[in-house]
Amino acid sequence: MYDLFIAPFAEFDFMRRALAGVIILSLSAAPIGIFLMLRRMSLAGDVMAHAILPGAALGFLVAGLDLFAMTVGGIAAGVTVAVAAGLVARFTELKEDAALAAFYLVSLALGVTLISLKGSNVDLFRVLFGSVLALDNATLLVIASFTTFSLFALALIWRPLVLECVDPGFLRSVSGSGTMVHLLFLALVVLNLVAAFHALGTLLAVGMMMLPAAAARFWTQDVTRMAAYSVLIGVVSGVGGLLVSFHFNLPTGPAVILTAGIFYALSVVLGPVGGLRKRLSPGRHLEA
Amino acid sequence: MASVLAFQNLTLGYDRHPAVHHLSGEIGEGALLAVVGPNGAGKSTLLKGIVGVLSPLGGKISRNGVNAQDIAYLPQIAEIDRSFPISVFDLVAMGLWKHAGLLGGIGKADREKITIAIEAVGLRGFEHRPIGTLSGGQMQRALFARLLLQDARVILLDEPFASLDSKTVSDLLELVHRWHGEKRTVVAVLHDFELVKQHFPEALLLAREPVAWGNTAQTLSAENLLKARRMSEAFDDLAGICEDAA
Repeated sequence: MYDLFIAPFAEFDFMRRALAGVIILSLSAAPIGIFLMLRRMSLAGDVMAHAILPGAALGFLVAGLDLFAMTVGGIAAGVTVAVAAGLVARFTELKEDAALAAFYLVSLALGVTLISLKGSNVDLFRVLFGSVLALDNATLLVIASFTTFSLFALALIWRPLVLECVDPGFLRSVSGSGTMVHLLFLALVVLNLVAAFHALGTLLAVGMMMLPAAAARFWTQDVTRMAAYSVLIGVVSGVGGLLVSFHFNLPTGPAVILTAGIFYALSVVLGPVGGLRKRLSPGRHLEA
Repeated sequence: MASVLAFQNLTLGYDRHPAVHHLSGEIGEGALLAVVGPNGAGKSTLLKGIVGVLSPLGGKISRNGVNAQDIAYLPQIAEIDRSFPISVFDLVAMGLWKHAGLLGGIGKADREKITIAIEAVGLRGFEHRPIGTLSGGQMQRALFARLLLQDARVILLDEPFASLDSKTVSDLLELVHRWHGEKRTVVAVLHDFELVKQHFPEALLLAREPVAWGNTAQTLSAENLLKARRMSEAFDDLAGICEDAA
């Protein structure tokens, strides 16, 4: 037991950092994923994750693999695309999903091109799939401060955020905060994606957000509990993924996301709220 | 009767097209007013204007001594996402917004208030049910419980009885009469003329432009209803600028 679960973390410094990284990431990314899902914005989250790439790539062009430059570039690009996609959808004939798909493809192509201008394939691999096992103190600090800020902000906007989803007309009648809340929420999405980008890369960052959220949907019909479950699923997937990758010598980021994917699949089949098992064998009907 | 809401040559609309056109008049304190008219006549738009969600394209709305906190608004049920994972209790608790706001706690006394409101609309035992499992009538009852908690001087109801059975309608009407008895001002968008004639002393017949406003029996005369029906529903894309401004 010790060898299986504890030793990898006790013996290796980089495993401990990775452990801290995935746990901290889950704390805020997973609840934010819940709201993305409930607002039917899962695809938008994916697009923003890709949108970070060209910004981070610009940072990379200017300063190499520099934490600060890539973080600032990523946030700037993420926010730009979030706003631009929203504007295109609102003010042109193009429906939102098509606008998002367009932004996502262009961002990915642009990002890869920019990285390739100066970097090697190793650099490219790193920005696409992350480097959980190479998190240094500074990066951990960035991730932790983004998470801390997100948790406070989320607590502050929790009520209007819920109201905006359930009954936007009512929220507008009691408070003018709707637009502010929506913008702050989008900013939180970008912040968390940038944090996840450092660990998991641009292609997998959104995985820590959406997979635990989508899995938690199958276990409860209460949004608060759903957020708690998603954090739990995220943390367990993170720890599980690290262990799997350590023992079987698999790439770490994909192992973490795959583990979350397994939890998602299990939830789809076994989950009591609309899961397949209940649908396939609902049992005999009740008396009342 | 002092007026709580007054409209002066009010025009509300979307993309410069008027949905409520040149409406003037007053709603007195304690009025029980039905807003009727064909689809697209601007009834819901008028409520949105009163709440302040929509700014006038022309004219103005005066709220006499009534601020936003004093107005409770029941949106059309279709505007609510009923698949959202939230319990009846939490939905009703939103009615305490004025008092709890962003971060205020919901204490024991508040929980009691919420429970009492839920019981008052006949939903005892449903507190912890997710709203997705409610029937249309139960959902509307829950929203009325939220209105009860809002404890507002002006209550705006947008099609509160649409597709409800007669038992639910009569239960909810009882609450409306209770509010009326408490001297609250109630404005309801309705389609059922019989119900309006029986329960609402005052009516406003809208067909984008106001057709008639006053005593219900006179407002809903055959002649007025015919006039209202002639309103064209579509916006005219080529419409010129309305010169009939104040």
